[in-house]
Amino acid sequence: MKAAVVVFPGSNCDRDMQVALREAFGHEPAMVWHGDSDLPDVDLIALPGGFSYGDYLRCGAVASHSPIMAEVKRRAAKGVKVLGVCNGFQVLTEAGLLPGVLMRNTTLKYICKDVHLSVERADTPFTAGYRAGQVIRIPIAHHDGNFFIDDDGLKRLEGEGRVAFRYVTPKGKATAAANPNGSLNNIAGILNEAGNVLGMMPHPERLADTDLGGTDGRPMFTGLAEVLKA
Amino acid sequence: MKAKVHVTLKAGVLDPQGKAVEHALGALGFDGINGVRQGKYIEIDLKDADAGQARDRVEAMCKQLLANTVIENYAIEIAD
Repeated sequence: MKAAVVVFPGSNCDRDMQVALREAFGHEPAMVWHGDSDLPDVDLIALPGGFSYGDYLRCGAVASHSPIMAEVKRRAAKGVKVLGVCNGFQVLTEAGLLPGVLMRNTTLKYICKDVHLSVERADTPFTAGYRAGQVIRIPIAHHDGNFFIDDDGLKRLEGEGRVAFRYVTPKGKATAAANPNGSLNNIAGILNEAGNVLGMMPHPERLADTDLGGTDGRPMFTGLAEVLKA
Repeated sequence: MKAKVHVTLKAGVLDPQGKAVEHALGALGFDGINGVRQGKYIEIDLKDADAGQARDRVEAMCKQLLANTVIENYAIEIAD
């Protein structure tokens, strides 16, 4: 299985993503510049965290019109797996590949800390390495992670089981206190309708190695490797 | 020709920044404020000579980039 990481001007988690994918996939992912219009033949495309285009206008808005994004959309429509983390999630919503929008945190503060997430379902390529209902510890680092969608959109997401991760207490309760940024229904990550595109604000790639203080993020990448190998 | 674009949050969308400004105004002693909503103002200098064409183009710009219509409304004003 092969992976590509898209690098935008202002991406700053692209190298972390590269290392996490290299460790799990056993070989080097392709690093693709946002200005390119073609992607190599890959099974997974990762949009990394960072501050593409300085978050000008709206987070992810300018990056969503980068030349590479037309190809990312084409591949996503063909079923290629697309993972967007943090700014990558914001780019996916702006590109229309995922519904909703990431707004300014209700605290108005940039938040950088570890949070607990519940894995809402394990029957997706992105969560195959986890158990459904498992609580994992993953860092967040964002100013605009407050997931918002209109009532109908929220009903659809929940009704179709497209919430992949939720902010919870260490015991797995989705309380207001466990919600760091004001996201509706404590939503931390969502899937598209076809289930091949995942966007999430927390950073699994930042906790995928014992040297980084934890490995709760690693099963996302090893799980993807298993699914894509098959 | 100039286009003046106001991008504002739709009603019902929580505006934490507007709330913070409202709170700060209250702290400064400005009372009688029912609410504050914060938006963006974008000015575009256009080569177009025809106001109708200019409006159509700016409308397309708003839809594609300047506003996120999931949460934002936009208003366009064309001025000479």
